[in-house]
Amino acid sequence: MEFSIYDLTSFTQWIDSSLRASISPGWAVAIEMIIIGLAILIFFALVGLFLVYAERKVCALMQNRLGPNRVGPAGMFQTVADLVKLLFVELVPIKNADKKLFNLAPFIVIIASIMAIGALPFAKGLHAIDLNIGVFYLMAVSSMGVIGVLLAGWSSNNKYSLIGAMRSGAQIVSYELSVGLALVTMVVLAGTMQLSEIIEAQRWGWFIFTGHIPAVIAFVIYIVAGTAETNRGPFDLAEAESELTAGYHTEYSGIKFALFFLAEYINMFIVAAIAATVFLGGWMPLHVYGWDGFNKVMDLIPPFFWFLGKSFGVVFIMMWLKWTFPRLRIDQLLTLEWKFLLPINIFNLLLMALLVLIGWHW
Amino acid sequence: MEEAVLNVPLEKEEYIINMGPQHPSTHGVLRLVVSLRGEMVLNVEPHIGYVHRGIEKMCESLTYSQIIHLTDRMDYLSAHINNEAVCLAVEKALGIEVSDRVKYIRTILSELTRIQSHQLFWATYGMDLGGLTCFFYGLRDRELVMDIFEETCGGRMIVSYNCPGGLMNDIHPNFQKRTKDFIKYFRKTLPEYDRLLTGNVIFQERVKGLGTINRDDAIAWGLTGPVGRASGFSCDIRKHNPYSAYNKVTFKEILYDEGDSFHRYKVRMDEMWESMNIIEQLIDNIPEGPYAEKMKPVIKLPEGEYWQSVETARGELGVFIVSDGNKNPVRVKFRSPNFVNLAPLNILAKGFKIADLVAINGSLDLVIPDIDR
Amino acid sequence: MKSFIRYIKSIFDGLITLLKGLGVTGKYFFKPGTTWTQQYPNNRRELKMFDMFKGEVIMPHDEQNEHKCTGCGICEINCPNGSIEIISASITSEDGKKQRIIDKHIYHLGMCTFCGLCVKTCPSQALAFGQEFEHAVFDRTRLTKILNQPGSKLKKGVA
Repeated sequence: MEFSIYDLTSFTQWIDSSLRASISPGWAVAIEMIIIGLAILIFFALVGLFLVYAERKVCALMQNRLGPNRVGPAGMFQTVADLVKLLFVELVPIKNADKKLFNLAPFIVIIASIMAIGALPFAKGLHAIDLNIGVFYLMAVSSMGVIGVLLAGWSSNNKYSLIGAMRSGAQIVSYELSVGLALVTMVVLAGTMQLSEIIEAQRWGWFIFTGHIPAVIAFVIYIVAGTAETNRGPFDLAEAESELTAGYHTEYSGIKFALFFLAEYINMFIVAAIAATVFLGGWMPLHVYGWDGFNKVMDLIPPFFWFLGKSFGVVFIMMWLKWTFPRLRIDQLLTLEWKFLLPINIFNLLLMALLVLIGWHW
Repeated sequence: MEEAVLNVPLEKEEYIINMGPQHPSTHGVLRLVVSLRGEMVLNVEPHIGYVHRGIEKMCESLTYSQIIHLTDRMDYLSAHINNEAVCLAVEKALGIEVSDRVKYIRTILSELTRIQSHQLFWATYGMDLGGLTCFFYGLRDRELVMDIFEETCGGRMIVSYNCPGGLMNDIHPNFQKRTKDFIKYFRKTLPEYDRLLTGNVIFQERVKGLGTINRDDAIAWGLTGPVGRASGFSCDIRKHNPYSAYNKVTFKEILYDEGDSFHRYKVRMDEMWESMNIIEQLIDNIPEGPYAEKMKPVIKLPEGEYWQSVETARGELGVFIVSDGNKNPVRVKFRSPNFVNLAPLNILAKGFKIADLVAINGSLDLVIPDIDR
Repeated sequence: MKSFIRYIKSIFDGLITLLKGLGVTGKYFFKPGTTWTQQYPNNRRELKMFDMFKGEVIMPHDEQNEHKCTGCGICEINCPNGSIEIISASITSEDGKKQRIIDKHIYHLGMCTFCGLCVKTCPSQALAFGQEFEHAVFDRTRLTKILNQPGSKLKKGVA
């Protein structure tokens, strides 16, 4: 069988056909689902570990210091050491807390993230579920995370956690509008909500270039609203350490805290991956129309690495924003959304629709 | 916590939060009992005394040269200026005139202390508001001032370099070169602080208009230092009652009218520029001379009451000594600027949100050991 | 109309200040060689403190194991909180006079405030500041040091 790293459909087809040949179709589908689930979980864990380490290194270099540099070569195993330590931490039970909701909250956030990863196109053929409403599904599923945050704050029986959770809930619900409108702008440009079609349409130029000004504005708005969605960066007053200790996850310790922490980084990766797919071309290499030699060189890099590279580039921009700016207060945050981002978004949508109608893109 | 507020009847929907002695943004062991409605602050009650060490009482059983090392530990970010205050009081009482060399060196070290204190203020203010890189940049530059102190005086924060009559030992030969290098470096780096924090639209929206106090109220509460000068109260001791070499240098007194947190911040940033100007005027012209006057081994002040006030980085520090002719003072009283600056916190913060309370508290730039002594 | 222009202007002004801030941190991230970290426990051999650094109080001894302390007790009187205890003994010298020499010069490092008065007021300059700064111990009795080394005697010529 001819396997190519540039087109993994042959690989997945081979797995599918060999399973169907040996076992009944129902069982084959079940085993495929288990394989995909395991792959996503492993990817989740690895990316989470890597992102925690990367954040510490990036913020350290911006602050004129070295990050972790003792545990393992260049400090690579620091996150593993932290994880092992968190496993040993005593899980402090809260007396008057609602135990069922308290234990359930971290898992809701994780489940929302895993459901979103399932729909991301990692490479040609490595696309777990290719829905025809791909963009809509991603937005819907990432909104489920806010339930986990609110449950965590409520069930902790702690004034500080409650304040943090309420602030966070208001923030996430408001910024979903901006995220949605920015993505809808790009759907207008692409003409379809299916993620693989969107990527295919960017073969001769990423949307951020072919969409001119409205696409750039939509990209900036998406980055800002995306960091607000994940409670990161200048919008992190839900976990403002210098004011309210740790916000909605104050009362969590040990492995449950590790789940919240990991979920935050995975959410950041998901936001970055969606940005990379819709604005920057997903797994499509950088092609310029007419430069054939350049295109051939760009084609040499496998699509999986293009996707990861773009996602991590957007993640770097989000980290850069976090470590430079001070925090916004809750009313300023909501003012930013409702008075600035929303009108600009609506105007941008009209501009993009005008552009598509006139045909000023190729 | 409950015992302090049980006798105050709670309004509807009011709840009480304790920003306890250990909190990342109260800059020391200060306990603030805050009563809130929703996010709005109704009442702030500071509880102090967690760092009380009895410095004024200890001074009654020590001689005048031994008091100096205790003043280091009051407002530890203006250590050199505190030492200078007690030495000036003792020298004034004895009628001793120190040499010009001592005056110049004391002034240069005082201004360096002021710069490093404001650098720490910038670092922690940025950190309180969420911009964590500000902390590292401020402390990185402060290390150079600490190196200057360590080379000449022997200690970074606890210096104990002054003594009645002059200095403990002469300055290191490298002192002038190191100071000039630092000034050259810092003149280039200080505009970076403005680009990172002062001009930032998020910071300005966060801090402008918070905790306003007008000039008459500032005078009535006795606020001095950058807090008073931001409200328009001209209270710089270096201009009104010059001591050491301050009457030989020209510098501006920074005054603003608005009196809100942003202008308290601006006063400190501008004071750093002025301090660098003062140092540049003095650093090349240090006259030769003795570094200490000959004093008797046991210092006895004549009977009477003596007062000396100096301008620390936070306001007016006053030293009041009552002596009856013996080698130990009868009473030493320190008028601490932070104690007075903490007092209007309730009025400043009423009606704002919790996040604003942190910003207002940070703009007052309190050092808690100075409140408790 | 004017408020609309102000609205647009405020957006652009805000964006420009944000980009300036990003420029500062970006400069430190992308420019190599801007880390200020000292690799402390590994660089102990090259680490040298400044000359006047106040590490701890020591009594310098020369090659013949002689020091300059006469046991007068002035440092004990001047120390503000009693970190120095002088135990002196009395011997008869060659010409029959009773002379006081130092038996033990006890220094409590745990209580010392590093004010420098003992070093400054010693009439024979017997004390000095050392450069050792790693004073952490597991056993508190190791913080009480005896400054004159065993078998040492007073240098000739010191009053």
